[in-house]
Amino acid sequence: MTESAFKPENAIYDETVLAGDGWIREIKAGQFFRIVDLEGNQAVDTLFYNARETSERYSATDTITGQRNIYLTTGTKLLSNLHNPMLTIVADTCGRHDTLGGACAVESNQVRYAIEKRHMHACRNSFLKAISDPVWNLTKRDITANINFFMNVPVTPEGKLTFEDGISNPKKYVEMRAEMDVIAVISNCPQLNNPCNGYDPTPIQVLIWSPGT
Amino acid sequence: MSVLWEDTIQAGASWSLLLRRGNELRLEDTGGGANVAALFYNYECPVERYNMPDTLKAQHTAHLTRGFVLYSDMGRILCSITDDTRGWHDPLGGHNDAHAVREKYGPSSYQKQRNAWHRNTRDNLLAELGKYGLGLRDLSPNVNFFNKVVVGNDGSMEFAPGNPRPGDSVTLRAEMNLLVILDTGQHPLDPNPQYAPKPVRFSVGKAAAVAADDPCRLSRPENDRGFINTERYFL
Repeated sequence: MTESAFKPENAIYDETVLAGDGWIREIKAGQFFRIVDLEGNQAVDTLFYNARETSERYSATDTITGQRNIYLTTGTKLLSNLHNPMLTIVADTCGRHDTLGGACAVESNQVRYAIEKRHMHACRNSFLKAISDPVWNLTKRDITANINFFMNVPVTPEGKLTFEDGISNPKKYVEMRAEMDVIAVISNCPQLNNPCNGYDPTPIQVLIWSPGT
Repeated sequence: MSVLWEDTIQAGASWSLLLRRGNELRLEDTGGGANVAALFYNYECPVERYNMPDTLKAQHTAHLTRGFVLYSDMGRILCSITDDTRGWHDPLGGHNDAHAVREKYGPSSYQKQRNAWHRNTRDNLLAELGKYGLGLRDLSPNVNFFNKVVVGNDGSMEFAPGNPRPGDSVTLRAEMNLLVILDTGQHPLDPNPQYAPKPVRFSVGKAAAVAADDPCRLSRPENDRGFINTERYFL
């Protein structure tokens, strides 16, 4: 657990993202980016792209194999598919974050829960909506294995993967320093069928600071 | 399986092929200690592709073996693992790029070593993907057949050398028309300090029809629904 000295009143950007909403924004190299789990137990599905060349993006396998650990926390460098550090986690009051659970989709909801559940809102639709403005130069093929901040997906030594109740609580946060200009894409997860959001998806807060504020 | 075609992917080399629905692909670690990095795409619409998280969470697993299936990002089953003598295939470790291979195994060049030079899985995968109009944007986490990575309770990833037996094999039955991309480069967590990839024998044949009591279909209710989605795609 590591806390940050940044104060919300000094942030250059401060926005609440409601459950089920998408969010996309460029974060400049050197800026600090914080996600706050306002009410606790909320999965925040997140992708990062090099803002100058979007074919370079956060890579789950480069990141976890690079640090030889599947969980993200303070000190983790989020590596790109070209093995460059994109962001470094500099503060984390939750403790660990998921790299393997991916984003829910209406199609994977059909598989996991019921064919009839295709109408239920899902993260990958929020991702697609967020990237739909051509200015971002992103399409469906760019949606790769994402980070789930605050989500608890333990893997056992026997090779089982489970979804457990969250380990996050109200006001827990994770903060990253951007090591390059990045596009951050968030889906504040609407999933109602499993405990990743405590069956009650809730808002998050997103803040950005410039260095030295 | 009635074999229609067999061949060898040389050590550190790549291959790509169309594997039609109803056919199966058998990979054999002929000498023991091989690794096969693999990616799978819907051949007709490659924006639909193997999705590691969807595969793992639908089946509550962090490893792959007989009875598991590989899911696309569209809720359909790309292929089923119908036979496996190794017991564990790794979906987590990813693959080496040129930088990692140089750091680990030292400098190498085609100029000096000709076809014995050190190749890397990233460049090989990109070369195969490029033949189908695909590229860096289409690379996502791959399967590593024949290798095991154990995750500790603290999240640590450890390469488990296990007991590689010459002749171990895994069989994949295609449930869709697949673009299959394969590379035999070493696993990125393989502790061997020597560049020593191994060749892999492969064969393609007609698979038996999916029976009503198919073990992959019945292994979980999720997979039954995945088969329903896949069957509807081919109506």
